[in-house]
Amino acid sequence: MMKRLLAVWHARNLEFLRDRPTLLFTLLLPVGIVIGMGIIFGGPPRPLFTVGVLGTRIDTRANAFLHERYVRFVPIHDESAGLHEVTHQRIDLLVDVHGPIRYWVNTDSPKGYIIEKLLIAADPGAQRQPVTGQAIPYVDWLFPGILAMNMMFSCLFGVGYVVLRYRKSGFLKRLHATPLTAFEFLTAQVLSRLSLIVFVTVVLYVGIGAIIHFHSAGSIALLLLLAIIGSLSMIALGLTIAARFSSEELVGGLLNLLTWPMMLLSGVWFSVAGSPRWVQWVADIFPLTQVIQAARAVMLDGAGIERIMPNLIYLAATTLVFLLFGAWSFRWRVD
Amino acid sequence: MPESAPILEVHNLVKQYSSVTAVDGVSFAVPEGVCFGLLGPNGAGKTTTIEIMEGILPPTAGEVRYRGEPVGARFREEAGILFQKTALQDFLTVHQSVALFRGLYERGLDVDEVLELCALEKLANRDNRKLSGGQQQRLLLAIALVNDPTVLFLDEPTTGLDPQARRNFWELVESIKARRKTIILTTHYMEEAQLLCDEIAIMDRGRIIAQGAPQRLLREHFAEVLLELPRHEFPEIARGLPLKLIEASDRVEISTHDLDGTLRTLIEAEVPLRNLRIRPANLEDLFLDLTGKDLRA
Repeated sequence: MMKRLLAVWHARNLEFLRDRPTLLFTLLLPVGIVIGMGIIFGGPPRPLFTVGVLGTRIDTRANAFLHERYVRFVPIHDESAGLHEVTHQRIDLLVDVHGPIRYWVNTDSPKGYIIEKLLIAADPGAQRQPVTGQAIPYVDWLFPGILAMNMMFSCLFGVGYVVLRYRKSGFLKRLHATPLTAFEFLTAQVLSRLSLIVFVTVVLYVGIGAIIHFHSAGSIALLLLLAIIGSLSMIALGLTIAARFSSEELVGGLLNLLTWPMMLLSGVWFSVAGSPRWVQWVADIFPLTQVIQAARAVMLDGAGIERIMPNLIYLAATTLVFLLFGAWSFRWRVD
Repeated sequence: MPESAPILEVHNLVKQYSSVTAVDGVSFAVPEGVCFGLLGPNGAGKTTTIEIMEGILPPTAGEVRYRGEPVGARFREEAGILFQKTALQDFLTVHQSVALFRGLYERGLDVDEVLELCALEKLANRDNRKLSGGQQQRLLLAIALVNDPTVLFLDEPTTGLDPQARRNFWELVESIKARRKTIILTTHYMEEAQLLCDEIAIMDRGRIIAQGAPQRLLREHFAEVLLELPRHEFPEIARGLPLKLIEASDRVEISTHDLDGTLRTLIEAEVPLRNLRIRPANLEDLFLDLTGKDLRA
């Protein structure tokens, strides 16, 4: 048994070592993750809380609270913008230190609850102001992100691995012997997956929405349009990855390389508003970020098509770019 | 067979893979309506040549012309292809698999008609993964015929089939030939080539070493009969006899017009004849004669 085991082990090792792109990727991925994590989470200690301070600049002499450690104070010049941020938990507290200190806190925010205690300890006379507009429970804020994340996994892995399997089995080679073009094949794959994903997303929206008693503030038709365009962009991205390669390990690794940063940085679980500006720029590149931003705007704020038009245009443009690139780099057969 | 204009022309085809030359300056023309066989052992360059002709592989040099034009959109519409190995989409029935490919062509046969042609009517609703080897090949042939092709490529179509399934498949190919389709067949089964092909090209190491009608080639290279003896029973001293000897790995063949005289010569030289076989020459012998090696070695 051991002899057979060793023979198979040896053959597999040879296969792996001779698959140069996969080998290179496997070696470089952990290095990349270590470097990336070091850049994002390294450096001096991060603030635990983010507090908006009304005004164009912050005068730390105005109140003892503004000297609290591990709190990042950001100036917010417009009160309504500040209230919007605190309502959506993009900041944990909003304070006005001009005159007797006033503050606004989202009662559903765990971090808001703690930072309020610190504020009252520093200034017992601080006046609590009711948050205007409906406070958004975390689960409602999370819901669009979960739907979009589910779409992302289905789009990327569902399409990527299928195309890879077709190529390895020789089915793509057989299709290549017909008048079918790469663009036609890819578009058919996109549309096939799209209908499935939209159906599943609608079922999830209705099902989970019923359980958590969620009602969208905006148009359902607009959400459907967003789901379609968002799915198209992410399916096309998955096809781009699977367009050329024939190694499961490499394609799986590349898909993970895309999904993990998207899952962490696109604001599915927490807002990246407090992150360094460059992290937000990187996040904005991801189609998932665009979908989540637009979905939250529609579902939580009742935004119309004008407000999410930039997101829709970005998603439509990336769909076209990914599809064209995928068709250009497409390989019908294993090299 | 009367000469007709070539439907396919191959000019100085070369395919180079880094240090290996798979196809080395191959040229031939295929007249319309014939069954043209590309013969040779594994690794001879048959599949590479046929895949370049099909437009699947780009050549390093040379060109393929279909009806006088470079292979293009018209060729893809009018060619039917059966690869040596093809997987189909999972979870589709036989009928659905054929219908899928029918949908890729502008014109073609009705799906039921193709299924009937390939004797698949009774299997129409069966999952394509649950077919036997012979049934699977018939399905792949049905897919290759779905666009009613003018030229049909069959790359090693009966490899791996049992003798009965192979004979059934040959009957199908005969019925397709009767429809005046041009067929390009690669095979290393000489019996298959002799039965089906009107013209053959024998390949070895990327080159064509003989071309023509099978019977004409055999007449040109061999006398009336072949005597075959086991190599280990053929004495060394007998190699000096005035005979046309063809050395194979396990046997010695003697080509002769004069059977009686040759037998007398062998008896006089005390060559053991208890395992002697006398038979007409075939394409396998031709390959051995041309290259000095067995086709299936």
